[in-house]
Amino acid sequence: MRGGGPHSDVVISSRVRLARNIAGFPFLSCASRAQRDELVDIARRHVLGSGIAESMLWVDLPDSPPMDRQLLVERHLISRQHSQGNEPRGVAIAIDESVSIMVNEEDHLRIGVLRSGMQLDDGYAHANQIDDILEGKTDFAYSSTFGYLTACPTNVGTGIRISVMLHLPALVLTGEIEKVKRAAKDMHLAVRGFYGEGTESTGDFFQVSNQTTLGRSENEMLDDFQMGVIPKIIEYEHAARHALADRRAHVLDDRIHRALGLLTHARLLSGDEALALLSHLRLGVTMGRLKDIDLVSVNELFLLTQPAHLQKIAGQSLDGEQRRRFRAEFVRKRLGASRSTGSG
Amino acid sequence: MKCDKCDQPATVHLIEIVNGKKIEKHLCEQHATEDGVAVKMSAAPINELLEKFVLKHSPSQEADEVQACADCGMTWEQFRKRGLLGCPGCYAAFDDALMPLLERAHEGGNCHIGKAPRCAGTDELRQQRLMQLRRELEQAVASEEYEKAAGLRDQVNQLERDQK
Ligand SMILES: [Zn+2]
Ligand SMILES: [Zn+2]
Repeated sequence: MRGGGPHSDVVISSRVRLARNIAGFPFLSCASRAQRDELVDIARRHVLGSGIAESMLWVDLPDSPPMDRQLLVERHLISRQHSQGNEPRGVAIAIDESVSIMVNEEDHLRIGVLRSGMQLDDGYAHANQIDDILEGKTDFAYSSTFGYLTACPTNVGTGIRISVMLHLPALVLTGEIEKVKRAAKDMHLAVRGFYGEGTESTGDFFQVSNQTTLGRSENEMLDDFQMGVIPKIIEYEHAARHALADRRAHVLDDRIHRALGLLTHARLLSGDEALALLSHLRLGVTMGRLKDIDLVSVNELFLLTQPAHLQKIAGQSLDGEQRRRFRAEFVRKRLGASRSTGSG
Repeated sequence: MKCDKCDQPATVHLIEIVNGKKIEKHLCEQHATEDGVAVKMSAAPINELLEKFVLKHSPSQEADEVQACADCGMTWEQFRKRGLLGCPGCYAAFDDALMPLLERAHEGGNCHIGKAPRCAGTDELRQQRLMQLRRELEQAVASEEYEKAAGLRDQVNQLERDQK
């Protein structure tokens, strides 16, 4: 999330997830407590013992404090659903956060690979390699007709979910975003918000992902994204950015500098407001209209201004009002530092 | 929010202006009906309104004909309610009923194309056998037949070793 990667002016991250279930066990909805425990044991043993990454963390979720769980959600390493409840479950995370394997979420295993920018090929290659390694250790539920068998029939087949997180502020400003959303839906793609599953898209961030998994191969699906829909959306966003810069530069600059003004002077900042303002700041940076702030600092602010991260930085738990104050103070300091030490 | 007149949750909310004063009322369905501010009829299904009728379910192949999954015991009805299947065996058990649903969810896709495990094919029988052994194991543990459980566990381990 923090790095750049190809097309990082528009594409925040690429993500590939494979749903797998260990053969010989029922799915989780029918699994007993003892079976869930056994599944966690098996998964942890295989995942940690096969050299998938140089260093891997294992987080036993029922044992971990609420703040830690929230932190993992904010980093997109586990789903909100996985962070809740006390049934046996966990997550294995590569230390560089490029891989997260959720155990006992909706399926026994959800192998997730995350890359900065547009890197779906690389992401899938890695996920596929992890799948091969694990398949060498344990048998996955599979049928020749239905493919990889999953708890929910909407994931059956390849079990793949390809998602790309996009930053589309210019399409939002010009109002053309609705056309893009409609087109994506016509292609049976889901458009979700910054916080993923079950959220409306917040502000200028859109997560585009496939909804079908049966009857088309992984590579066909990847091609759809890489050759079809994502380059098209990037092209539209670029066109909208150029149009704004050419024809309504004062409006564009007003938005960008207004965001900078608020971020560097506000005394109270809600999470939603910070997200909206940082989005315009990011637009200014990627378009070269704000020269002394770098993209990495802005990307970091998206991550660090979320509730659990703020409280970790503060070293104490903060209520809503305290968080808004602390967030404003934190952003002011960060942007002040970034601007005075910047190259610009 | 609770009903003004009892402890039930208020589902009907009214704001009236009487002599320039705003009066708010929050009532449960029963008290709202008694006060005459809500008419219960609209909310009730037709079979609760009519006093005499003949009820005939249209033949639904879904609920009536689909047998429960022999591996995990899940019924088609339970699946429809939760949206999640009980075990890998459910796919074969609900095959016919599942097909239209799969086609709708996957733009007509009804057969897997894509990656397959290296030893696919021989797998399916062994997977069924594994499932069965694990079920027996579960029962043996539940009924504290530990010797039997140990034997079953050996068989499970053996079967898992065989695959590689
Ligand atoms: Zn009442
Ligand atoms: Zn079943």
